[in-house]
Amino acid sequence: MYAFDIERPATVAEAVAALSNEDAQALGGGQTLIPTLKQRLASPEKLVSLTGVAEMKGISSAGGVLTIGGGTTHDDVAADGSYKALSELAVNIGDPAVRSRGTIGGSLANNDPSACYPAAALASGATIVTNTREIAADDYFVGLFETALDEGEIITAVKFPIPEKANYQKFVQPASRFALVGVFVAKTADGVRVAVTGASNEGVHRWTAAEDALSKDFSAGALEGLSVSADDLIADLHGSAEYRAHLVAVMTKRAVAAAS
Amino acid sequence: MPKDGGIGASTVRREDVRFLTGTGQYCDDMNMFGQTAAVFARSTVANGVIKSIDTSAAEAMPGVLAVFTGEDFVEVGGNPAGWLINSRDGEPMKEPKRPVLAHGKVRHVGDAYAAVIAETVEQAKDAVEAIEADIEELPAIVNMKDALAADHYVHDEIGTNQCFDWGWIEDNRAATDAAIKGAHHVTTLELVNNRLVPNAMEPRCSMAQYNRANDEYVLHTTSQNPHLTRLLISAFVLGIPENKLTVIAPDVGGGFGSKIYHYGEEALVLAAAKKIGRPVKWTADRTEAFLTDAHGRDHVTKIELAMDKDGNFLAFRTETMANVGAYLSNFSTATPTFLHGTLMAGNYTVPNIYVNVKAVFTNTAPVDAYRGAGRPEATFSLERVIDKAAREIGMDPIALRRKNFIKPDQYPFASAAGLEYDSGNYDALMDQMEKVADMAGFEARRKASEKKGKLRGFGVNAYIEACGIAPSNLVGVLGSRVGLYDAATVRVNATGNLSVMVGAHSHGQGHETAFPQVVAEMLGIDPQSIDIVHGDTSKIPFGMGTYGSRSLAVCGSAVVRATEKIINKAKKIAAHMLEASDGDIELKDGVFSVAGTDKSVTFGEVALKAYIPHEFPLEDIEPGLEETAFYDPANFTYPSGAYCCEVEVDPETGKVSVESMTAVDDFGNVINPMIVTGQVHGGLGQGIGQALLENTTYDENGQLLSASYMDYVMPRADDLPFYTVDHSQGNACTHNPLGVKGCGEAGAIGSPPTVVNAVIDALQSGGKNVTHIDMPMTPHRVWSAMQNA
Ligand SMILES: Cc1cc2nc3c(=O)[nH]c(=O)nc-3n(C[C@H](O)[C@H](O)[C@H](O)COP(=O)(O)OP(=O)(O)OC[C@H]3O[C@@H](n4cnc5c(N)ncnc54)[C@H](O)[C@@H]3O)c2cc1C
Repeated sequence: MYAFDIERPATVAEAVAALSNEDAQALGGGQTLIPTLKQRLASPEKLVSLTGVAEMKGISSAGGVLTIGGGTTHDDVAADGSYKALSELAVNIGDPAVRSRGTIGGSLANNDPSACYPAAALASGATIVTNTREIAADDYFVGLFETALDEGEIITAVKFPIPEKANYQKFVQPASRFALVGVFVAKTADGVRVAVTGASNEGVHRWTAAEDALSKDFSAGALEGLSVSADDLIADLHGSAEYRAHLVAVMTKRAVAAAS
Repeated sequence: MPKDGGIGASTVRREDVRFLTGTGQYCDDMNMFGQTAAVFARSTVANGVIKSIDTSAAEAMPGVLAVFTGEDFVEVGGNPAGWLINSRDGEPMKEPKRPVLAHGKVRHVGDAYAAVIAETVEQAKDAVEAIEADIEELPAIVNMKDALAADHYVHDEIGTNQCFDWGWIEDNRAATDAAIKGAHHVTTLELVNNRLVPNAMEPRCSMAQYNRANDEYVLHTTSQNPHLTRLLISAFVLGIPENKLTVIAPDVGGGFGSKIYHYGEEALVLAAAKKIGRPVKWTADRTEAFLTDAHGRDHVTKIELAMDKDGNFLAFRTETMANVGAYLSNFSTATPTFLHGTLMAGNYTVPNIYVNVKAVFTNTAPVDAYRGAGRPEATFSLERVIDKAAREIGMDPIALRRKNFIKPDQYPFASAAGLEYDSGNYDALMDQMEKVADMAGFEARRKASEKKGKLRGFGVNAYIEACGIAPSNLVGVLGSRVGLYDAATVRVNATGNLSVMVGAHSHGQGHETAFPQVVAEMLGIDPQSIDIVHGDTSKIPFGMGTYGSRSLAVCGSAVVRATEKIINKAKKIAAHMLEASDGDIELKDGVFSVAGTDKSVTFGEVALKAYIPHEFPLEDIEPGLEETAFYDPANFTYPSGAYCCEVEVDPETGKVSVESMTAVDDFGNVINPMIVTGQVHGGLGQGIGQALLENTTYDENGQLLSASYMDYVMPRADDLPFYTVDHSQGNACTHNPLGVKGCGEAGAIGSPPTVVNAVIDALQSGGKNVTHIDMPMTPHRVWSAMQNA
């Protein structure tokens, strides 16, 4: 780890001001950033810890929309339960230490191609709320570790419309236990959305063919014969592109069957 | 006494109090006054020529005290191989020098070519980044087959990538070939024994002090055998006289083989401590552990089994390529040869065996003994090909094994691979396994799994291993450059308690509990009054350390011999105190008495007399009560076992889950059943890890892709089933005083083929014609095998 300064602002405004400094970086739960620093793979001069910003914490529900503060931990989301599929997703992130420190804002800002929350946000049609604007999930995820966030922009909250039925199925990469393939299925009055994480070189994405089929008939049987192309899927020591393509179909069926 | 703490008691491990309460003292916990930090500059390429190393900027960095490169160690020796192997043509193996720091060339990712000593670790890291090394990358030699065909070499000076081409037993070759040629049925299998990263919980750490006043060094280091480390440093690498070097291995957080060996970092910190006149400490980070700890296994094997029409085994023939990595680690040449080829008879009366092993240099981390060391490789090859053969000839796999088992009346049994097995009863082990694993209920469990959409399989395995390593005279003939005895000193203190100095090092094995149980049993005293001392060359007589399931069988035997000497001398002292003759003195429950009388003295009174020798027959008996014994075993010991497991395979994803695992082992006599069970548990976890999870992967450039826990799959609790462990079927070892055989490696030897056999059974039950899948059987591999079937 290289030496750095740390600030711990109490409000979003103070945090934004602190982040205007060049070479300053936001620190959420540190579950991704701190290991990166330890490996000397990043060298910010200043870290701006968001853990003291009270207005970024907590979960509230109104009008069928669940609003989660950007600094809310995975543990708190897991315990909430008002959006069951989302809480179940949070329960299976990492280990107890990761869940008690890691935050939803940090996860979405990082946009790891194998992370879980991006699938939930995209499938749920969530809105990412920042200190300057609101971004629809469809516009937010740009690519591997890339998002629509500007330099110094902070995720203050995420708004999830609670679907009628939803489920997340994660087939774990056996070492990291991130998603080798994860599929989040959400059914609302407007139709069905299916988001896939872990599989693609483009990052989290929707499987529209499955969405069309499921919007007509929300059953695992409706997916019979549907498959995704292995082109552009990730191939690594844990699985080929073809294997991931196969798992996308299997996990989608399981998510539909388990949706509640 | 010792009703509750002697031989056979499941005494709770006393060392666990400090391990579980965070009060252990590991190397990195220790800090010395004036201590400095060493950090290494390591190669990021697998193969490269060192054109130049400019350390001037690094030397000028804040806090930097010294910078070393390979140039500084050109005059000193190399880290040697401990076992000379001769090729089939009689040529000795190739032994390129393994320097303290790479010189001329770097040969694997992680190969250290420079080191910085600074006031703090962070300063040393900064300075390492400031070293300007011009290293010209060369094509990496990674794959063993390619390495043997290549015209460029890991070590240019030897002009080949083949270390040796060994035949065992060369004189059996023609007969084996003939038996295979004329056989009714021959089953052939090509398989990989996957490379494993040891992953001890505690990374390596070495700290050196140098005392200018008397020219003495102290090295604290993570070692399984401090005396061997001292011997290697003194006699081969740095030439520090043995009497000027103390090596201390305090609490060590796991080794599994990887901490047997001497590593260059140990020599570096010693040299640095002398140069700067201050203590120097180096602690590996996890990445360094992945890249530089000696890895395990990594064999590619073709095995053939020849049978007659009734399924009698006629011959086993194997051809193996064994990866030794970029340099020869200390036991790397013994592991694929004498710890592997000699075991190729397994538990069977097969008359013809021929083993060919080619050891191959590659631009990868050195490979050496890892829990089981050669014997898992032998067992895996045998038990996989036997399973395949059973399917091919339509015979039950257990029946085929039983048909060929050595029978109890055949001991001592001279195997066709050159060992003499002293005792065993493999049918009894199999009987017990069938019983405790509830084999009768398997079909019902298979149906239940099928109902859930899962394929269930049953896999079985029989193994034998050679432990209690090893008879020095025998291994000397076979090429070992060391003896493999062990030593113990039993010191009875004046107040009647005991310190027992042992050469075996305990780093998870429970010696601190088990060894006192032996002494307590012999003396009839409270085991709590006995402590063992280990891991410090200045305190213990000598020792060859802990590996090869040898501690109790070899060092424990030395403890017995030394304790016998104590008893003899104590009887003499008691006889004098009781005015009787030695021959009339009996020892029972810690009391010496004159046979047939009520005259007696306690063990404590005798001890006090020995140290306060008033009215003592000094002309006949020396004062004091301390005895040393060295014990060299007459033979290996031969633990054996019958294992089975049941797996469920998810046919949609290829994911395997181990539903049950039964291990029935013959460890001979058992001193502490609880510790033995724990050792088996650990071994099973590692074996299941090898079979399903552990995926060491180098890419074609020699980069280790699985160099962190984000990609290297260690077994976790939820990957493992509850185990059924049974050691009720012990047949005492016939040649050591405790009748013990050794239990440390069994689980890791017996379980991998068991799991693979079960997965194949599951897939076949699902109508998939899959005959083999290489380990680790990841979901992806199992799914792919099903796609292609
Ligand atoms: C062992 C382990 C297992 C894991 N398993 C999983 C898993 O199964 N599934 C999964 O999805 N994730 C997993 N993770 C990742 C975990 O969820 C992280 O917590 C998360 O990715 C990052 O959140 P954080 O709050 O820790 O962010 P940090 O590590 O603090 O920051 C990550 C990045 O986000 C930025 N950032 C942080 N907060 C904000 C904010 N509010 N606004 C804008 N930018 C911000 C930081 O500047 C940094 O660039 C795992 C992590 C570990 C260590």
